[in-house]
Amino acid sequence: MTAAGSSYRRAVGSQARVVALAGAVLLVVGSVLPWARFSGFPGKMTLAGPGGARIGPLLLALVAALLLRQVPGSARAVRAASTFAFLITGLTVFFIGYSGGGADYVNAGAWVALAGALVYLLGGLGLDPSRPASSPPRSLPDAPWALPAEWLLTAGSTAVALYVFVHGLGIQSANVGRPNDVVIRGAISINALTNDGEFLAFLLLLIGLALVATRLGLLADLSAITKKHPTVFLAAGMIAATAFPFTQNGNGYALRIAASIGVFAAAAVGLNIVVGLAGLLDLGYIAFFGVGAYVAALVSGSVTSTIHTHIPFVFVIFLGAAVAGLFGILLGAPTLRLRGDYLAIVTLGFGEIFRITANNLDGNSGPSLTNGPNGVSNIPDLTIGSFSFGDNHHFLGVDLPFQANYYWLEIVVLVVVMTAFLRLSESRIGRAWVAIREDELAAAATGINTTRLKLLAFALGATLAGAAGTVDAHVVKVATPDSFTFLESALLLAAVILGGMGTVPGALVGATILYLIPEKLRFLQDLRLLVFGVVLVLIMRFRPEGLIPSSRRKREFHDDSGGADALSMPPGHGEHMA
Amino acid sequence: MSVLEATSVTKRFGGLTAVKDVSLVVNEGEVVGLIGPNGAGKTTFFNCLTGMETPTAGSVLYKGSQLPGRPDLITKAGVARTFQNIRLFNNMTALENVMVGRHTRTKAGVLAAVGRGPRYHREERESEEKARELLTFVGLGRVGDELAKSLPYGDQRRLEIARALATEPGLLLLDEPTAGMNPNETAAARDLVRAVQGKGIAVVLIEHDMRFVFGLCDRVAVLVQGEKLLEGSPAEVQSDERVIAAYLGKPTEDTAGES
Ligand SMILES: Nc1ncnc2c1ncn2[C@@H]1O[C@H](COP(=O)(O)OP(=O)(O)OP(=O)(O)O)[C@@H](O)[C@H]1O
Ligand SMILES: [Mg+2]
Repeated sequence: MTAAGSSYRRAVGSQARVVALAGAVLLVVGSVLPWARFSGFPGKMTLAGPGGARIGPLLLALVAALLLRQVPGSARAVRAASTFAFLITGLTVFFIGYSGGGADYVNAGAWVALAGALVYLLGGLGLDPSRPASSPPRSLPDAPWALPAEWLLTAGSTAVALYVFVHGLGIQSANVGRPNDVVIRGAISINALTNDGEFLAFLLLLIGLALVATRLGLLADLSAITKKHPTVFLAAGMIAATAFPFTQNGNGYALRIAASIGVFAAAAVGLNIVVGLAGLLDLGYIAFFGVGAYVAALVSGSVTSTIHTHIPFVFVIFLGAAVAGLFGILLGAPTLRLRGDYLAIVTLGFGEIFRITANNLDGNSGPSLTNGPNGVSNIPDLTIGSFSFGDNHHFLGVDLPFQANYYWLEIVVLVVVMTAFLRLSESRIGRAWVAIREDELAAAATGINTTRLKLLAFALGATLAGAAGTVDAHVVKVATPDSFTFLESALLLAAVILGGMGTVPGALVGATILYLIPEKLRFLQDLRLLVFGVVLVLIMRFRPEGLIPSSRRKREFHDDSGGADALSMPPGHGEHMA
Repeated sequence: MSVLEATSVTKRFGGLTAVKDVSLVVNEGEVVGLIGPNGAGKTTFFNCLTGMETPTAGSVLYKGSQLPGRPDLITKAGVARTFQNIRLFNNMTALENVMVGRHTRTKAGVLAAVGRGPRYHREERESEEKARELLTFVGLGRVGDELAKSLPYGDQRRLEIARALATEPGLLLLDEPTAGMNPNETAAARDLVRAVQGKGIAVVLIEHDMRFVFGLCDRVAVLVQGEKLLEGSPAEVQSDERVIAAYLGKPTEDTAGES
């Protein structure tokens, strides 16, 4: 990497392993000793809690044991582990001191751990950072127990994912049930940060462990195994998703967040058709979502609706999807002849037009439809037949708050959207979209009606966004113009890019991360755009294919034989066709 | 019956007349060569035939009827092409590239793709089988799962031909099919063109490799500065001194058409 880095490595030389191991041992010792002299950070410091503050560095220190046996990728794994162990330890020690009111409150264990983490880091940075030669994913030996073991791994991975999600959601956020004194306008509030420290430690531990697993090739192995058993994977995923409300002991907060994540993810998957498959940059995507939300709000029977009708939701979801799809066609038909950058500008404009129009259809500056800035509020609870989504339930001995109803509805919508995406992407239509993305002229010469297929992608994306929007209106119970700003479009796009363009798991992970982080790290709230910007830049630098790339895109970026660049124009852009 | 009947095709770019009054008839089962110095207008002529450029004047008939004005419709009608500077779908596999070629010959829409009934599965399976057959036909049977961009140059040219063949053309236009190939690959390309001819598909090919052209084509047309200088059997063209003059008399500065 940098010159400073390599000269440091040369200076440390072969001692790096010994140093790292020594640091790790020290860190292990430190992490089992008491860290705080009071019980104030944000809860009592035990080994297991809060977050991963102590258990995290301990786990990451144990990774150093890899150095004793030369496993491929172990050097890079230990580098990552030592970095994150140091980050977590450092932050935690700082927070203990801060919330206690001085260094006196930090107990011996924390100091030992901090020293250990520093030595560990220094050793880790001295290790050889070069990527080992890539090898095909390993598989289990050919034994009779291999198949059940693979099933177990597949199902287990979804269970772990659910556990991580539940645990992460369960960590209290600074603002929950607290006065807003923690947020100082325009600056990171240390108080809020300390309160969020628990989640931050958990997040860092998660990233650290994920990096270690990636560098050892474990994630690649696991994803190869899950790919072998897609049915088991899907079934396990569905069970985990369905079971989630039962883990909440009647608490609706996490369910509400999960439902919102689901809505956000469904929209992201829809956008992925437009951007990831067909390669059309749509910067006003949230407007189609908004169209769906307004349609649902207006015919929900809300007292604030200017249309005093109530249409059953089963129809509304299709109505909202259809109206949004119609807008997609109206906008797409004249503009899809434009090349990438122009399309981006037009869709950006459309997004703004939608918001401004919704702001003005208040009966004063325009016809009375949307109530202007106030929007349509008091959207009543959904009812399907005699079943009201506003009712709490008690099932199998577990309290299920009413939010669970919306959560499950959202899961159904998400599954439908995901199925549509997956099936389309593997079909004749999906191949045509990718062909257009790759080389529009060659696609036309191969018999693809490029204008029609681009319009199809655009309209379909709009339709899915509209459907997601109708659900959202009922989840948040209000539709206002301010919910559909350019920022939201940008966030959806960021979710798609962050997770990995053209994949469903990528859009899910991207949406979850982008939704959850501002929700959980309240201290970042005023800075969230800055943080997203930084995160996206880092992703583009270190993992341009996204967190969970499609196999195709992964090769695209990490294959040295070709010079493809995701964000550059497709070949043949404006050049003469020879 | 003639497969292609281009009459007085003219293409002007502003003041430059890249193709001037060129007529060409291709009969069923024929392989016709199109030669000429750099910048003579050969590729532009192909572009006019395939709807990538709209001819300023002239008409193009395919099997007796006027060709539509859009590339995809022309391909659907039965005229397929390859490109001088290979234009594959780089980040798709070789198999997927060829399957894209099946687009006009298949029907499944959005609902069929999402619903996945038996008809859809049958069509998809047939597409894949045909694509694999074509890969084998062009000699790429083993590399179906490789990304197009990771294939060696010669294979990429062959893959482009397979993709064009997947559209089930009656006429195949090849723009410099051997450019950048070594002698072995060129020999294989010759066999491939013959095999295509054997399927009853007429071929027009642009080439700079004269041995390749004269050894393969039934007829050869010579384009110089946008005009058709002459047309005849390989023997006639080879011995015509105007052709020699056109090539030798052109200093190499005239390479503007290359891109
Ligand atoms: N789109 C265009 N706009 C302007 N001029 C063009 C365009 N396309 C081609 N030309 C010009 O038309 C002429 C013929 O170009 P063309 O590419 O058809 O030649 P060619 O015979 O295929 O040459 P080569 O053997 O080098 O491929 C050249 O002078 C070229 O610069
Ligand atoms: Mg040319």
